[in-house]
Amino acid sequence: MSDGAREDGDHGKARTEEAALSARLQRLNERLARDRAGRSSESPGEDRATTASGYARGFRLSSELVAGVLVGAGLGWLIDRLLGISPWGLIVFLLLGFAAGVLNVMRSAGVVPRNAFDDGAARDKDT
Amino acid sequence: MQIDPIEQFEIKNFLPIATLRGHEISFTNSALFMLITVAGVSLLMIGASASRAVVPGRLQSVAELSYEFVANTVRSSAGNEGMKFFPFVFTLFMFVLFANIIGLIPFSFTVTSQLIVTVALALTVFLTVVIYGFWHNGLHFFNLFVPKGVPKLILPMIVFIEVLSFLSRPVSHSVRLFANMLAGHITLQVFAGFIIMLASAGVLGWLGATLPFIMVVLLTALELLVAFLQAYVFAILTCIYLNDAIHPGH
Repeated sequence: MSDGAREDGDHGKARTEEAALSARLQRLNERLARDRAGRSSESPGEDRATTASGYARGFRLSSELVAGVLVGAGLGWLIDRLLGISPWGLIVFLLLGFAAGVLNVMRSAGVVPRNAFDDGAARDKDT
Repeated sequence: MQIDPIEQFEIKNFLPIATLRGHEISFTNSALFMLITVAGVSLLMIGASASRAVVPGRLQSVAELSYEFVANTVRSSAGNEGMKFFPFVFTLFMFVLFANIIGLIPFSFTVTSQLIVTVALALTVFLTVVIYGFWHNGLHFFNLFVPKGVPKLILPMIVFIEVLSFLSRPVSHSVRLFANMLAGHITLQVFAGFIIMLASAGVLGWLGATLPFIMVVLLTALELLVAFLQAYVFAILTCIYLNDAIHPGH
């Protein structure tokens, strides 16, 4: 009699424990689902890189500009050498390279989103 | 006593191997430290994952943390599709990180302060992006250079600018890492040189030498931060470039 009562009590305890466990599991699942959803909806971007530190950011922007100008100059020089139209290739490509460098800087600074032209087109259509 | 701040970047030949068309191929201190870097990364990862404990020990925690960190970077920059490049990005990150940190040990050699090493790494990324981009997207990859909604009149110029911007990526990618490491190590060496110059000037010099000494201690801490940050920036830029190869219609 007393044994049966204790057994009953154990069963009850086990049941409440199970219920608590399953409730915790469910909560964990919900949280995981929420995290996953947040992760997948996170837009691919470079926000974390640009906010990492001011020093790194400055270095990054300057190297982007210099790289654009250098590549433009290099390509212009090569075209001059290959086609023998010196100095026109250098002049044109140096300017284009400068533009590319500025574009690089604006992109990596996040001033211009990567699909800036799409937005611009949409705005043009609206107006 | 004169200290040359550039001397630390000198390549020393340890073991000549062969000559190819007049170019000497030999085992240099750069190669030695690359081997050390690779061995260090391998030892850490293999040693850490050997126990396979459910509750990670200290070493395993380090390995798991670095995995999680890079995996999150790849996911947030290149999406879940980018995870197929995870081994590549993780290798690059760990190599650059270990090379930078090993370079901070006095009398060691910084592999990433050699332009040719960073250029090789950046070109690997660049070629991966180009080859995978064409393989995955075919000619749609050219959409990367043709932004939508631009007036036809200035489109050729925009395309040229976009192409140049694309071509300048490996340059800025490699130069950034190289310049950071080079500048940091030269600064350290110059301040360390001040200590020796002042200390050789007597008691007053000893007192004065504490100032550059404090600077060197602080700069070392900064360099540690830069070493990590540059490895991270290198990895995240790789992810962003790979993202362009995966989804070129930006």
